[in-house]
Amino acid sequence: MSTVADSTRVADAAHQVVRDHDPTEVPVHEFLAATFDAGLAWVHFPEGLGGLGVPRGLQAVSDTIIQDAGGPVPFSLNPIGYGMAAPTLREHAGTDELKREWLRPLASTEHIWCQLFSEPGAGSDLAGLATSAVRDGDEWVVNGQKVWTSLAHRARWALLLARTDPDAPKHKGLTYFVVDMTGPGVETRPLRQMTGQAEFNEVYLENARIPDAHRLGAVGDGWRVAMTTLMNERSSIGSSGSRRGSGTIADAVALWASRPELHTPVLEDRLTRLWLRSEAQRLTSERSRALATVGGPGPEGSVGKLVGAELNQHVYEFCMDLLGPEALTYHDYTMRDLQRGEDYRGPLQQRFLRSRANTIEGGTSEVLRNILGERVLGLPGDLRADSGKAWKDIPRG
Amino acid sequence: MADSAEFVFSDEQRELRAAVRRFAADQSDEQVVRRLMESDPGFDPKAWARLGGELGVLGLSVPEELGGVGGTLVDQAVAVEELGAALFCGPLFGTVMLAIPALVAAGDEQLLPALVEGTRTAAFAVGDRGGAFDPADVSVRATADGVLSGTVERVVDAAAADDLLVAATGPDGVGLYAVDAAAAATQARRTQLTTLDSTRRQATVALDGAVGRPVAGPDSAQRVITHALQVGAALLAAEQVGGAQHLLDLSVEYAKGRLQFGRPIGSFQAVKHTLADMLVEVEHARSAAYHAAWALGDGSDDPALAASIAQATASRAFAGVATDTIQVHGGIGFTWEYQAQLYYKRAVTDAALLGSAEQHRGRIARLVLDTASADGAPWVATGTE
Repeated sequence: MSTVADSTRVADAAHQVVRDHDPTEVPVHEFLAATFDAGLAWVHFPEGLGGLGVPRGLQAVSDTIIQDAGGPVPFSLNPIGYGMAAPTLREHAGTDELKREWLRPLASTEHIWCQLFSEPGAGSDLAGLATSAVRDGDEWVVNGQKVWTSLAHRARWALLLARTDPDAPKHKGLTYFVVDMTGPGVETRPLRQMTGQAEFNEVYLENARIPDAHRLGAVGDGWRVAMTTLMNERSSIGSSGSRRGSGTIADAVALWASRPELHTPVLEDRLTRLWLRSEAQRLTSERSRALATVGGPGPEGSVGKLVGAELNQHVYEFCMDLLGPEALTYHDYTMRDLQRGEDYRGPLQQRFLRSRANTIEGGTSEVLRNILGERVLGLPGDLRADSGKAWKDIPRG
Repeated sequence: MADSAEFVFSDEQRELRAAVRRFAADQSDEQVVRRLMESDPGFDPKAWARLGGELGVLGLSVPEELGGVGGTLVDQAVAVEELGAALFCGPLFGTVMLAIPALVAAGDEQLLPALVEGTRTAAFAVGDRGGAFDPADVSVRATADGVLSGTVERVVDAAAADDLLVAATGPDGVGLYAVDAAAAATQARRTQLTTLDSTRRQATVALDGAVGRPVAGPDSAQRVITHALQVGAALLAAEQVGGAQHLLDLSVEYAKGRLQFGRPIGSFQAVKHTLADMLVEVEHARSAAYHAAWALGDGSDDPALAASIAQATASRAFAGVATDTIQVHGGIGFTWEYQAQLYYKRAVTDAALLGSAEQHRGRIARLVLDTASADGAPWVATGTE
């Protein structure tokens, strides 16, 4: 439990940082480096590594003070760095020197991080991935192809999961590394989506070399290390709730209000159903958040991604159906390099097309229903065709 | 009782839940439910009196000065949820969900103590239109002296009720009257109906010269009745959550233990995903129901909107979960002997009472969409950019 003393210490440190480095004046990198040095990047990390060694719940104390003073939201500038890389590096990087070397520029957002996990042949079945890492003296030589890598084109460092033992069962033959994205043998190509834009990349690794010191965790222990990364991705519960009617449903309701001549009773009920489901999910998130403060969320915490993804799709399908032929135009399929901070959502039609990915990215709806069924309801797992087999003997395609 | 953060149950509320659950396990197992639903008056008056007298869970949100416990509507919702989970036979709908909230809103001290104690029961003979009150729908007329005539169709829990709360149009407008059913036996004839749900009975109430005592006059009756319908909507939603959670648990256990093709049917994704979707519905219903209970209790939200969100969500959830429960169970789910049918009939009944999901969605549309602003509408590409 946090003490009043811890809370005061965090608040004092945050006030000090905004006093010494006015976030409305100094460059963002400089300001965020100062928050790292003050132990406010991740307050629960050890001192010297961007933290103060106080309970994680006190992060909100610091964030509130800094954002009220006009400071940035660092997660939005380096999402994989803050959300996934930092906790993994803290726990698994080999030395404190390496941790500090990586964490400070990550915190300042001078070094953007990305994640090299998914592959063309390993999506939902991530542990089946094929990218190989072969030891060569003090180095590892990596070959393979990664996909759906956001920010790869801007990233300095990547978290990599690669296969080091093809003879072991799939979960046992993986090892976790940090890769220099600017090094030789790493090629990034934009992956164009059906919207015309490229939010993601493909990354080709061809004899890319990684020093053994940049291995995180033991050889063959990569799956367990990856779980650190993925659990942190899923446990990022926001500190404040959302307003009724906010989020994707706001697009549909405002569009509805702007076009009274298109109203019909059938469309109205369709929109009301969507509003109601959004509201029920919003209340469920509120409940999850309230319960997290008193011991931990229950099953209500697991339904958000599943419901949110399907709602996004249905909301934009509704908007398209409301407008009818009028919506059958597009602004521009030319692929552009998105500028930092740009509203990438684009016009309605782009949001509609983009929403198709929602039920696939970050866990397909099919996998999420399996998770609800097996981990929340305790139902038995499906029969597996690859159980206990050496990875190299598992059929792929 | 101290206010607690929305959705966080206090230790007292957890103890209350456990106590009601124990009572229901002891006094309302499936055999008891089946016996009571086929007997008269359809419930066990002794068990009902214990709920009121010993457990004290029939008037949890009634202020102490009116003979209640002085707790919150959330307390009452917790008790109702647990009774709903057990399909408890008793006049919860007429007495706890509607009559008691109406009498509290009217500040009526006379009837409440016996209703809260469980020594008398009541029914709410007020027609609603989709969970809302419209004075134009009132089918009973009252003289200036409170003599009532007219018929109210399908009044839940009326056949065995000691007190009837009746909406009637008098010379000065609509009022709410209390009729002592025993004293007015010949002027207030009740015809018990065979109901789809044998655990929740209904009767037609035909009034012909029955004397009613005014509980709320024309200046307050609409407010009192509307309040009762909103509280009733929130509590009915809690009951629906209890029933739906029970069925989800039942279906999960069945899917784990039932083997076909040499494996538990719950390992098949077609079944597993159905159960996952049922879980989502139950969680949404729970959030909406308890939001309504908290908001109606502390005034933190528009009561009409909160009540409609709760009913629109919980009615669909319980009915949908009950439907899927029968499907997941296969053949046995459709039999008389298995309990799924009892809950299915309750789910269908609850969905129609106090307004269907569709009627509540209609109300939500009026409250939300009709007042929405076009600000922030997304840019629509025209193809000429």
